[in-house]
Amino acid sequence: MADTDTVLRVQNITKTFGDLIANDAISFSLKKGKVLSLLGENGAGKTTLMNIIFGHYSADDGYIEIFGNRLSASNPAEAIALGVGMVHQHFTLADNLTVLENVILGTEPLWKWKQDKSAGRRRLRELSEEFGLHVDPDADIKSLTVGEKQRVEILKALYRGAKILILDEPTAVLTPQESDQLFDTLRDMLARGLSVIFISHKLGEVMAIADDIVVLRHGKLVANFPIAEASREIIAEKMVGEAVPQPERQVMEKGAELLCLDTVSVQDAAGQKILKSVSFNLNQHQIIGIAGVSGNGQKPFSDLISGMCKPTSGSVSLSGEIVSVFEPQKMVESGIGRVPEDRHVQGVVGDFSVEENMILESYMTPRFSKLGWLQRKNVSDHAKALIKAFDIRGAGPETIVRGLSGGNMQKVILARVLENNPEIILANQPTRGLDVGAATFVHEQLFEARKGGAGVILISEDLEELLAVSDQIAVMYHGQLSKLMPVEGVTQQQLGLLMSGEGFATQKETKHNAA
Amino acid sequence: MDFFDMFLNVGFWAATVRMATPLIFGTLGELICERAGILNLGIEGIMTTGAMVAWMWVYQGGDLWTAVLVAALFGMLFGYLHSIFSVYMGLSQHVTGIGITLLATSLSYYSFRMLLPGVTTPPKIIPFQPLPIPLLSDIPVIGEAFFTQSPLTYLAFVLVGVVAYILYRTPVGLAVRMVGENPMAVEVQGIDVYKVRTGAVMVGSAFMAVGGAFLTISVFDAFYFDMINGRGWICVALVIFASWRPGKALLGAVLFAAFDAIQIRVQQSSASFIPYQFFLMMPYVFSILALIIMSRKAAYPKALLVPFRRGQR
Repeated sequence: MADTDTVLRVQNITKTFGDLIANDAISFSLKKGKVLSLLGENGAGKTTLMNIIFGHYSADDGYIEIFGNRLSASNPAEAIALGVGMVHQHFTLADNLTVLENVILGTEPLWKWKQDKSAGRRRLRELSEEFGLHVDPDADIKSLTVGEKQRVEILKALYRGAKILILDEPTAVLTPQESDQLFDTLRDMLARGLSVIFISHKLGEVMAIADDIVVLRHGKLVANFPIAEASREIIAEKMVGEAVPQPERQVMEKGAELLCLDTVSVQDAAGQKILKSVSFNLNQHQIIGIAGVSGNGQKPFSDLISGMCKPTSGSVSLSGEIVSVFEPQKMVESGIGRVPEDRHVQGVVGDFSVEENMILESYMTPRFSKLGWLQRKNVSDHAKALIKAFDIRGAGPETIVRGLSGGNMQKVILARVLENNPEIILANQPTRGLDVGAATFVHEQLFEARKGGAGVILISEDLEELLAVSDQIAVMYHGQLSKLMPVEGVTQQQLGLLMSGEGFATQKETKHNAA
Repeated sequence: MDFFDMFLNVGFWAATVRMATPLIFGTLGELICERAGILNLGIEGIMTTGAMVAWMWVYQGGDLWTAVLVAALFGMLFGYLHSIFSVYMGLSQHVTGIGITLLATSLSYYSFRMLLPGVTTPPKIIPFQPLPIPLLSDIPVIGEAFFTQSPLTYLAFVLVGVVAYILYRTPVGLAVRMVGENPMAVEVQGIDVYKVRTGAVMVGSAFMAVGGAFLTISVFDAFYFDMINGRGWICVALVIFASWRPGKALLGAVLFAAFDAIQIRVQQSSASFIPYQFFLMMPYVFSILALIIMSRKAAYPKALLVPFRRGQR
C-alpha cells in the first residue's frame, strides 16, 4: 500500500458525539490527481469525517496521514500547512469584508505593521486567471452571487497552496450551468496534479467526475470501489442499504380547477416587488413543480398561497371563488395543506410533543377541545393512529419532536397536513435534507393525495426530483414565473437556463417594475 | 453670560476636551471588544477598578505612569475573566458583562475600604499636571484649550489613530474585524478564534481601565465612590453612535463631552426657575437623539453576541 501516489490516508478513524457514532473505524486513501467521491445519506458521517481531516474536530481513534505526515494538532492551521483546502457546505466568508481580505487572512504573520494588500491582490488575480475563477478582489462578499462566493472559497484554498481540495456538497446551491463550470475548474486542477475529495448525494455528478467512490452509511464505510465498477443502482443501494423502488408517476387526466392566480404581484415591506405579475393554474389530479434557485420569489409565492401575505395587485381564486381575506387560518379552512420550507422554523414546535404538533392546526375543533379544555384522550389516540399510518419511527405521542430525525419530523408534518384531506397541497422543499427512503415516502404520499383528487404544488431546488414527480414544471426567476411546461420533453439544461434568467422579461422591463 | 459667548470661551473648550478623555478611552475599548464580536458590559466596573487601583498605586508612593500601567493590567485581568465566560464558555455576554461590572465595582470599593479603614474625607494625591506642548500651546485660545492638557488626554487622541490603523491596516486588525463578522471564516484560515477574541477583550478592557484611571490621577486627585457615574454605559452607546468606527467614536465622545460642558455652564448661569436636573438630563437626551438618528443605518458586526464553539456540531 505504501505507494508514492497516495496523498491522503484515512486510517481507522472513529468519532462519537455522545451516544451517536458518527464515524466508525473508517479507512481509505486518496491518490494524486484523482477525485474521490464520498457518498452517503444525510447523517451518514461525511461532513464529520471531512471536518476531522481539516482539523475542526479531533478523532477519538485512528489517524490521518497527509503526504506521509500524520496529523497531530487537530486544528485547521496544521491541515492547511500540509496542503489541505476545504470548501465548506455553508460558506465561511465574512460578508462585510472584501474578497481580498477574506482570502489573505492568515497568510501572513498576525503581528506585522503593514499588510501587503497589493501583493495579495496580484497573486489573487494570477490565480483567478490561471483557473478561470473570475471575481473582483475588491468587491464586498455580500455583493457576490452564490456561484461567485464559491469561487472565492476555492481561491482561498488555492491561495494557501492546497494540493488536496475537499468540496462539501459544492453543487447544492448552484444552477446546473454553474455546476458544469465548477466541474471544468476541477478538471483543470486535476490536470495540474491536485487531488479532490468530492462530497455529494447527486449520483449524476458523481458518475461524471469521480475516479473512486467511498460510500458511508450510519457512520460506517460500506463500499469503496473505482467508478468503473459502479452504476447508479449499485451506489444507491449501498447508500440506503437496500434497493429502494422509486414510485412511478402515473399519467392522469386533470380535473376541475382548484387554484388560479391571475397576474398577481406582491410587495415586501420596503415596497419592492417580490412577486411580479404571476399567473398560474392548478387543477385536481395535478402535481406542478416550481423550480428555481432559492430566493427568487418562492417564499412570497408560498406565503401568498398559505395566506401569510396578500397580493398588491391581481387576483387569487380558489375553485373559482376570488379570495378576499388572506389569513393562514382561512386558507387552512379552504383546504390548503402546507408543508413549509423550513420544518424547524415553520413546520413544528420543536419543544412540543408529537401529539401536540399534530393538532397545531386543529386544536380548536370540537374533537380536540371542549369548553376550552384539551381532550387529552382524543389528542393521544389521534397521534397514535397517525404514527402508525405514517410509519413515524422512534416516536410515541409524547416524544418531543426536536429529538426526531429530519425524515420523521417531516412525516409528522405530512401526517398533520394530509389527514385533513386538503384539496391543495403546497409542499415547499419537502425532501430537503431527507434520505432516499424518507424522500421516497414523501413522494408516495404526494402521489397518493393526487390520486385522491388533490392538486399539489411542489417547490424544490432538486431538478431530478421535480422531473420525476411533477406533471408540469415552471421556473421562478427574480419574482417572475415562467409558463407551465409539460414535464415530458423538459430537460435539466432547459430548466437551468431558465433558472439563470434566460427567456424572462428583459432587464429594462424589470427595472421599470422595480421603480 | 450670553449663550453664544460660551463657545468663544477657552475654558469651555478645555473642559470639553478634558471631559471627552475618559469617554474616548472607554469607547475605543468597547469598540475593540465589539469588533471582535464580544459585548463587554463589564466596562462600568472595569473603569471603576482602573480609577481605584491607579489612585491607590500613586497614594502608596508609586509613579503616575506606572499607575496607568497598573490600571491597564487590572483591566486586562477582568477582561480575561470576561473572556473565560463569554469566549471560552460561550455564556450570555449580557449577563457575564453585568456580573463583571458588579464584581469589579464591589471589589474596588471593598479594597479601598480595607486598605484605608477609618478614612472619612478621601485622601488626595498629586495628579498629572497639564503638559503644554511647545509652540502649539502658544497659539492664542486654541493653544490653551487643546494643547495645555493632561498627557493622558494626548494619549487618548493618539490612540484613536493607532487603533484605526491597526484595525484597518494590519493583519491582526483584519483578524479582529473578521472574527466579529464570522468566526468560522477565521477558524478555517487556521487562526485560533478564541485567542483573537480573548486578546481583543483584554486590550479593550485595558483601555477602559485607563479611562477610569484618568479620572482619579488626572482630573481629580482622589477616589470617590460612584465617580464613574454611568460613563461606561455612555461608552457602550457611543460605540453604536460611532457605527464601530474609531474616528466616529472620537467625534461622539467629544460631542457628548461638549453637551456636558454646555450643561454645566448653562446650569450655572440660567434663571433659577428651570430645575437644574433638566440641564443634567440634556447630554443624555441629546445622545439618545443622536443614537436614534445614527444607528438606523448602523451595520453591526454580524457575529456580535454570537458565541463560537469549536469542534461541536
